[in-house]
Amino acid sequence: MSPELLSTTAGLWLAVVASGIYHGVNPGMGWPLAVSAALMERRAYALPRALMALAFGHLVAMTVVLLPFALMTALVDWQTEIRVGAGLIVVALGVWLLFNRRHPRFLARVPPSRLALWSFLVAVAHGAGLMLVPIYLGLCGIVETDAGHRAATALIARTAVLSIGVAAVHTGAMITAGGALAFGVYRWLGLRFLAKSWFDLDVIWALSLVLVGAIGVFSAL
Amino acid sequence: MNLRPDPTFYPSPKLAMEGPPEILAYTLMLSPDFSQPDGLAVVNVDPNSPDFGKIVHTVIMPNKGDEFHHFGWNACSSALSPLTGHAFLERRYLIIPGMRSSRIYIIDVKGGPTAAKIHKIIEPAEVFAKTGYSRPHTIHCGPEGIYVSTLGGGGKDGTDGPPGIFIMDCQTFDVIGRYEIDRGAQDKHYDFWWNLPRDYMVSSEWALPPQFENGIVPEDLLSNKYGHRMHFWDLRARKNIQTIDLGANHQMALEIRPAHDPVQQYGFCGVVVDTTNLEGSIWTWWRDADGKFQAKKTATIPPQPANADDLPDLLKGFSAVPPLVTDIDLSLDDKYLYVACWGTGEMHQYDVSDPMKPVLAGKVELGGIVKKTKHPCGKVFGYGPQMVEISRDGKRVYWTNSLYSTWDDQFYPGERGGAMVKADVGANGGLTLDTNFFVEFPKGYRTHQIRLEGGDCSTDSFCYPSV
Repeated sequence: MSPELLSTTAGLWLAVVASGIYHGVNPGMGWPLAVSAALMERRAYALPRALMALAFGHLVAMTVVLLPFALMTALVDWQTEIRVGAGLIVVALGVWLLFNRRHPRFLARVPPSRLALWSFLVAVAHGAGLMLVPIYLGLCGIVETDAGHRAATALIARTAVLSIGVAAVHTGAMITAGGALAFGVYRWLGLRFLAKSWFDLDVIWALSLVLVGAIGVFSAL
Repeated sequence: MNLRPDPTFYPSPKLAMEGPPEILAYTLMLSPDFSQPDGLAVVNVDPNSPDFGKIVHTVIMPNKGDEFHHFGWNACSSALSPLTGHAFLERRYLIIPGMRSSRIYIIDVKGGPTAAKIHKIIEPAEVFAKTGYSRPHTIHCGPEGIYVSTLGGGGKDGTDGPPGIFIMDCQTFDVIGRYEIDRGAQDKHYDFWWNLPRDYMVSSEWALPPQFENGIVPEDLLSNKYGHRMHFWDLRARKNIQTIDLGANHQMALEIRPAHDPVQQYGFCGVVVDTTNLEGSIWTWWRDADGKFQAKKTATIPPQPANADDLPDLLKGFSAVPPLVTDIDLSLDDKYLYVACWGTGEMHQYDVSDPMKPVLAGKVELGGIVKKTKHPCGKVFGYGPQMVEISRDGKRVYWTNSLYSTWDDQFYPGERGGAMVKADVGANGGLTLDTNFFVEFPKGYRTHQIRLEGGDCSTDSFCYPSV
């Protein structure tokens, strides 16, 4: 991902899909829960059902983070400041996660039957939605240039639809990647793969936030 | 912290059984008269080592009068829970509570058999101040941290408020606070365990501190005042959702052993003594189709007639020795339940393939109030078989011989020495003592719970079924 790539529409959509795949394969975002559901219920169809719940929670988490930024696009004269500010927030979260390596305890209070809620809270707590913000704002910038100086309401409508589109494409990629892994482990690879393949993504995840946030800042300037 | 899950964490019981055999055991040593500090013995259990059956290292605590009993790991296979995200903890620290002092020791065992050392000491004042509980006992690693059951409430004699469970941070070992939001009818405590994916917990009742600290109180026992109930909890909501009374005559419901395979929704509980006939009993509990818990007595062990002259004062009037079911343990394949009969001096092995119909598959006689059976190596095994631990692969069973300092002295007057033995399990069941394995402990020490390096059959909770 280079700043140049992030200035083209195709490059930005690619980033939306790539971040989805990245979130999907991360066990922390829930694919092992789909394996567990299928094994515990002893029915293969429990796996897609669990994936749907996880996807729904993730989608809502993305949308609630992106929508406020969609509304802010009305502040046309402040676009640079907003993009720089958003980038800095993402960098700050990444830095915070780098130094604060504790898992939020409240996540352990969510019962295993509430997969959608769990998925929503995990995505929010780890800044999965924020990771998308710089990419999304990049896309908004292109929309805006195309649109010229339209009425603010029309602009918000367009960017709001765009935010839902970004959340949906991202979640689609996320659940396809996570689902493929879950199905592979359930069907062929077995539980041993789960323990052996799981590695600590905490630092990489935090650095990803820093990187995406920094690119967001630089591409805005 | 590791970058990969600890290799001793297994997703399912079946994968844990396929792991490498244990080469070290950790055994607690206690000084029954508090004249010496308690300690942890590291025992070599590798049959290919010249040190097989020997204590290779001890960690002696800096205080006296702690009275070690049960203990556990800072992290186990439950770390692989897809819900919790603690997969990168290390199985590295043993959490050892002092049941009499309420002090908790964190022992770092990383670095080989002789490297074990004290990592941190949590003083009793911290436990009292942050939880209002005292006399910490059973340790399990679970959601949100390390769960510690206690036997006492606040105040000097531990009766100011009910005992319960508190949670400790699994990395800093800070005491976080009480577990229960709604304890319902629970007013005594002993053991607890759970089914993590099914999100329920089960707990049991022994007694309040005045009923055990200075010895068993015969009047309380004969008037059925010891614990006789099991409590079922919504694990993450921290609520008591059901209490089952086993009947007041079923005194002291102790160890809770759920099936290790989380698909299964049943488990066992051992009852020390039935005051109407001195029987020991095994209870099977299960969750029915409506989500309600049930419990049924599925095996009984009768008392054995004895001459009053052969009995301690406590039992003279009964002309019989009760089996005293003081510990039970379930193999990882959920096939064999081991039942320690500390009074009669027997270790029973039940085939529980049908959990509602335990079938006696093997038996070893060793020690005992009346029989005093010697070990096949010729040595005297004092007291009776007590804390039992099973290897992950289910092929070896280890046990020690002390119940609790003041109770030992009532049932087995006089000092009889700490010991640890091993028995081998036959391919189709059956239990045979290993003649070459008889661990003797330093003078003045008795022995209690055993933990096996890399996990055993009463520590690890699994989040995925055995398939």
